[in-house]
Amino acid sequence: MKIAIPVEEKTLNTPVCVSFGRTPLFVIFDTENGEFEFIDNSAAASQGGAGIKAAQLLADKGAKAVVTFRCGENAAEVLNPAEIKLYKAISGTASENIEKFKAGELSLLNDIHPGFHNHGGKE
Amino acid sequence: MQVAVLSGKGGTGKTFISVNLACVTENAVYVDCDVEEPNGHLFFKPEITEKQPVSVNVPEWNESKCTFCRKCVDFCRYNALAMIKEKLYVFNEVCHSCGGCMILCPQKAITEKPREIGVIETGKSGEVTVMTGCLNTGEVSGVPVIKALLEKLDGSSDTIIDCPPGSACVVMESIKKSDYCILVAEPTLFGVHNFQMVYELVKQFKKPYGAVLNKSIENDNPARKFCEDNKIPVFEEFPYNEQLAKLNSDGLIAVREYEAYAEKFRQLLSAVKEALS
Repeated sequence: MKIAIPVEEKTLNTPVCVSFGRTPLFVIFDTENGEFEFIDNSAAASQGGAGIKAAQLLADKGAKAVVTFRCGENAAEVLNPAEIKLYKAISGTASENIEKFKAGELSLLNDIHPGFHNHGGKE
Repeated sequence: MQVAVLSGKGGTGKTFISVNLACVTENAVYVDCDVEEPNGHLFFKPEITEKQPVSVNVPEWNESKCTFCRKCVDFCRYNALAMIKEKLYVFNEVCHSCGGCMILCPQKAITEKPREIGVIETGKSGEVTVMTGCLNTGEVSGVPVIKALLEKLDGSSDTIIDCPPGSACVVMESIKKSDYCILVAEPTLFGVHNFQMVYELVKQFKKPYGAVLNKSIENDNPARKFCEDNKIPVFEEFPYNEQLAKLNSDGLIAVREYEAYAEKFRQLLSAVKEALS
């Protein structure tokens, strides 16, 4: 099963990025064989609709789960029909989150925010 | 004659100037282009005789014609479209109504349908025709409402345009067809900073302009200094005055209450007319 995590750098030892739609990179990790790749988030610099485009990108990559701190409602509207489940990230590195995910210790992300729409969202 | 009133910074007195100027202009049309929060109607209290909805076009997907080539999704700069499992998802609030997806679709599987984003209310207050643009809460851009407002004008009456604050697209749209721009300045550094931005804007648009110093103070008035330094003609000055502030907060129109204000605004009107002749 492929899981996607927004990250700032091309290493598994980097913290999970606080933004979903505007993360510079995603790591796509395959829990079956341990293979992973980093993909550029082409939506990062979008004027608007970044979450929508990022969600489309992950759907196209065949991800079935996203581990993230938060997710806007537009992105969720794309992820849901793609049957991509949202899990709440814990503070720590991408690899720590992957381990927690594999152990079934991550909870589902339920609080979908209404979106920032160019009004912040960076912490 | 179409006169736009702008200031850059909000709270400078655009509505005060526009509303009062419209009242001393014969058979004037007052147009509130501050569509995000129009407030001229609070003073005019017009009896609304017409409500015209304003719509923009958004894509409508015809599933049976679609071959799922995704050209539309890849094209959309605003990321208003997504395709998941042979179904197109349209995000109306993100759409900028460019129509590109419809033009591009090889199967003609996308058509356009209107989506209401606001309303134009027209009414009368004394001799003044009051037109108010109201953008629905949450909409991204007021430009289509302003366009629709200005399209309704037939040019037969003198028109006063109450512009939105700032100097962005909505302001540019508001002054596009104006013959003259009145720049309202207040004596604060913040006010002068934004005043400079609209001053540069009207120059860029090659519009004739003049200034009104509002809430004016005698000493250390940075607005007056800016006008002097840049040789901007100052047509009228309204000293800071508690009576005016009270009239405003009571929703009253100064020229309808006191002849002295009516006289000042008639002078402003003649100055503008003279500058245009």
